[in-house]
Amino acid sequence: MKKPVIQFENFSFQYRSQTAPTLHEINLTIYEGEKVLIVGPSGSGKSTLGHCLNGLVPFSYKGEVSGSLKISGEDVKDLDIFSLSKKVGTVLQDPDGQFIGLTVAEDIAFALENDGAPQTHMFDKVAEVSKMVEMNEYLDSSLHQLSGGQKQRVSLAGVMVDDVEILLFDEPLANLDPATGKYAIELIDRIQNETNKTVVIIEHRLEDVLHCHVDRIIVVDDGRIIADMTPDELLASPVLEQCSIREPLYVKAAKYAGCELTPEMQPAHIESFQVDRCKAQLVDWFRKVDSPQPKAKTEAILELKDITFGYKPGRTTIQGVSFSIEKGEMVSIVGKNGAGKSTLSKLICGFEKPNAGQIYYRGQDISGDTIKERAARIGMVMQNPNQMISKQMIYDEVALGLVIRGVPDAEIKERVLKTLKICGLYPFRNWPISALSFGQKKRVTIASILVLEPEVLILDEPTAGQDFRHYTEIMEFLVELGRQGVIIIMITHDMHLMLEYTPRAIVIAGGEKIADDTAVNVLADSTIIEAANLKETSLFDLAQRAGIGEPKQFVDRFIAYDREVRQKWQ
Amino acid sequence: MAVEMLSYIERHSPVHRLTGVTKLICFMIWSSIAMLTYDTRVLTFLFLVSIGVFIISKVKLREVAFVLLFILFFLMINNLAIYVFSPQEGVRIYGTSHVLVDIGGGRYSLTLEQLFYQFNVTLKYFTVIPAAILFIVTTNPSEFAASLNRIGVSYRISYAVALALRYIPDIQRDFRNISMSQQARGIDMSRKEKLPKRIKNAASIIIPLILSSLDKIEIISNAMELRGFGKNKKRTWYRARPFQKIDIITIILFVLILIVSLYVTFHDGNRFYNPFS
Amino acid sequence: MKRKNLSIKTIVAIGIGSAVFAILGRFAAIPTGVPNTNFDTSYGFLALMAVVFGPIAGGLIGLIGHALKDAIFYGTPWWSWVIVSGIVGFLIGLVSKKINIEAGSFTVKQIILFNVVQIIVQAIGWFGIAPTLDVLIYAEPVNKVYIQGLVAGGLNMVTVAVLGTLLLSIYAKSRSQSGSLTKDV
Ligand SMILES: Nc1ncnc2c1ncn2[C@@H]1O[C@H](COP(=O)(O)OP(=O)(O)OP(=O)(O)O)[C@@H](O)[C@H]1O
Ligand SMILES: Nc1ncnc2c1ncn2[C@@H]1O[C@H](COP(=O)(O)OP(=O)(O)OP(=O)(O)O)[C@@H](O)[C@H]1O
Ligand SMILES: [Mg+2]
Ligand SMILES: [Mg+2]
Repeated sequence: MKKPVIQFENFSFQYRSQTAPTLHEINLTIYEGEKVLIVGPSGSGKSTLGHCLNGLVPFSYKGEVSGSLKISGEDVKDLDIFSLSKKVGTVLQDPDGQFIGLTVAEDIAFALENDGAPQTHMFDKVAEVSKMVEMNEYLDSSLHQLSGGQKQRVSLAGVMVDDVEILLFDEPLANLDPATGKYAIELIDRIQNETNKTVVIIEHRLEDVLHCHVDRIIVVDDGRIIADMTPDELLASPVLEQCSIREPLYVKAAKYAGCELTPEMQPAHIESFQVDRCKAQLVDWFRKVDSPQPKAKTEAILELKDITFGYKPGRTTIQGVSFSIEKGEMVSIVGKNGAGKSTLSKLICGFEKPNAGQIYYRGQDISGDTIKERAARIGMVMQNPNQMISKQMIYDEVALGLVIRGVPDAEIKERVLKTLKICGLYPFRNWPISALSFGQKKRVTIASILVLEPEVLILDEPTAGQDFRHYTEIMEFLVELGRQGVIIIMITHDMHLMLEYTPRAIVIAGGEKIADDTAVNVLADSTIIEAANLKETSLFDLAQRAGIGEPKQFVDRFIAYDREVRQKWQ
Repeated sequence: MAVEMLSYIERHSPVHRLTGVTKLICFMIWSSIAMLTYDTRVLTFLFLVSIGVFIISKVKLREVAFVLLFILFFLMINNLAIYVFSPQEGVRIYGTSHVLVDIGGGRYSLTLEQLFYQFNVTLKYFTVIPAAILFIVTTNPSEFAASLNRIGVSYRISYAVALALRYIPDIQRDFRNISMSQQARGIDMSRKEKLPKRIKNAASIIIPLILSSLDKIEIISNAMELRGFGKNKKRTWYRARPFQKIDIITIILFVLILIVSLYVTFHDGNRFYNPFS
Repeated sequence: MKRKNLSIKTIVAIGIGSAVFAILGRFAAIPTGVPNTNFDTSYGFLALMAVVFGPIAGGLIGLIGHALKDAIFYGTPWWSWVIVSGIVGFLIGLVSKKINIEAGSFTVKQIILFNVVQIIVQAIGWFGIAPTLDVLIYAEPVNKVYIQGLVAGGLNMVTVAVLGTLLLSIYAKSRSQSGSLTKDV
């Protein structure tokens, strides 16, 4: 008989500032050594659920708790946050608060220092754990020199030093490039196998987490648990679709083709998925759907010529990058963590000045223009929402740019409310930003730029932490803008997003442009995938396994079909 | 706006090898002497010693030149201000008046005493500055926090200092990013604006910076709490370093310098050395 | 359970607060046009932190923040003024109980109290203690240091009155009152 380690019984929680509970009547048991994934729409209460486990609720976030929560048999009411921290190790969602120490070694040792461990013991333990996460060569590096993926490993090591029973990850993949994300999932899996800890992962990127084995998936919607089953069962059921969580693409394709999925077909992983039974349907569907129409060429609007830039003299971050973007085009910029994607966007907006090269807008050299002058046409949503938010209230934040431009009040109101609806924030319009979930905050920053109606829109990781429905709504709106001639540049680690919405992809590696092609071609080229830490889509695999000779065509058609289906949501 | 600032410079030198505690104590002794004395002989001696230590430390002048230039500029302004406000301060202190340049026999006549007094003021800075700069660039910030704790500052406050050092570069980066994103929404930051407008514009950066740091406080204290900070009465430090012989010798040496300096300075009952009497 | 020690939040507030104080003092001092006199926005921030986190935090942020700013940007701390920044932070912090900003309101009465206190405290600090220490420690001319104290102190009072008050009212507003948030569709 397995030993339960986490037991929620009729558990509810209401933040003090809220009028309604955020978690309702949660009943959930997680057993020792299990690996559980929690999914759900943005703002559904996943992080809150995590906070209940590690004690931040109610020690740091005040509110009303009812029902009971037991962790390894002890009621959390009788525990303080320190004893809880010995049982539950947490990797938090917000990237800003993750690291405390100055260097990698100190950050890993932080919990040991607090225990008063002798120095020699700390050295041994840090050496051991850092080897486990393959960071032993970086012990003296300071944390802000690390790439996103390395940071993730350090935070993992930081909770590993304490012999906790439960590891809790709140969106461990956000901001990681696809290959590093895959690595992170494998790392978590390996550590769990070696130590037999209980692992709880909260994540939007379902398909990526399912890369390794998961025992159970729990679906949270609006503060309630609406499903609790094995991955195979869940993927065969309609639950994910109902609460608009993105299914793995191969599952979606199979469903579109009209296959009846059953748990016995083992749809949890593409490798185990028994394609044979729906081969015929897939081939048939492939023949029926139309392939998308290629777009006609129009005039080039934004042009970069030989841009070179370095933050410090002697080290170039961007090297001789050139490209031009046409009216109404949607383009992805993809590449490894630290490749220079965000830097490129800063150069376009004038946040940084290139050391060499020019930027043209409608044929005019804008290299000398100030940020403000460029901002009249180019809008940018930065990667980290905390760096953009400057007002207390959601409405004021979104209205800010319009107020500065002296737009009449009535018009401001109309435009702001319209944008809030697009971004799914309308119900929260009178809230302070501090009461939002991470994904909701990100949407506020998107809204605050959309409302300005720029001619060029740059979005740095727009879908990080977003659920499928909001993501689709925002993206469809962007597509509409694209039809009106707006240029949309998306920096992203999300290969689905790239395939679906941006016909063209620019790949950056080590500060250089290594490819500029259709998204499908980029993902079909294994050298590019390798060089830029990308990941090929499971649709290729599916097509191949179903014996469809033209996997690229299959992907193209799937995407066109899928988009059409989703447009009906609105 | 990537303004340079002093930070730890990794080297292998005897100065680097001293523990943070030693350097902190020595720095405090050094600045106390420099504060108390106005004795030219003592100041000159200290100045020469600090130059010597600077050379031993293998820190290159080039690496700290930006700060030195700034200090020189500041000293110049300060000297001018002293002269403007009190051109006869030296005469008051030393009790004699040797006029060098007579400006109508008045207040602004240049005296040898004033020159000597201002020379001493400047020398006073010159003795502290190398020591202060060395202390900053040769002490590993994390070891510094451990040192504070070692000399009796509570570990909580020591850790607050460590956090401050850790977050200064972060906050500097945030400041820059916020400034950019505000400009991108149409706020003009150019220096040509009028003062009230400039204040308003500055507020549009400062307020978000402050609010985001309040959020940071929340997030970081949560993270620290989750990893057991503040659980025990004591904590250990990964970067702490044990005392060695060289540390003890250095401290004894500095205490001797302290005693001798104070003796030389005050044995005539006055902190000024008076060559005029 | 009330802990006797400084709470973790206060410690983090001291650390981050000092960093912000140093950065503001270095980058966000607005020149008035008169040479060497700035609206030093860091004091507005110091006042906010002192009221929100209490006298110990206020005092230490002033002390550590100012010492660090001088040390890493200017090479050496100017101790007399560092000490006064600490004292000002500490004394302003003493009104934190009376204002109780966490309750989510900053009334006219509290605004007046805050400003009266900050003006008195800063007068003591900048007009009295700072110049006196300058004379004692650095033997600088008396009239020079008092005029410096008057100008800097006066500007700091204005900065705190404007920016400090503004920040506190924004902060109070951001403390959403319990049971006030509903989704309205
Ligand atoms: N500090 C807070 N005070 C008040 N309400 C809050 C607070 N934090 C979160 N909430 C509310 O609780 C709800 C759930 O938030 P939570 O952070 O748990 O969502 P989430 O599922 O993790 O979302 P995401 O995927 O965007 O991170 C949000 O809608 C938000 O309104
Ligand atoms: N402000 C800065 N000062 C100095 N170096 C920086 C700065 N910002 C970024 N860098 C460095 O420049 C390189 C490129 O960073 P950038 O943020 O553009 O990467 P990215 O491609 O956006 O990565 P990610 O996918 O992780 O967001 C990295 O090595 C990073 O460490
Ligand atoms: Mg969350
Ligand atoms: Mg980036």
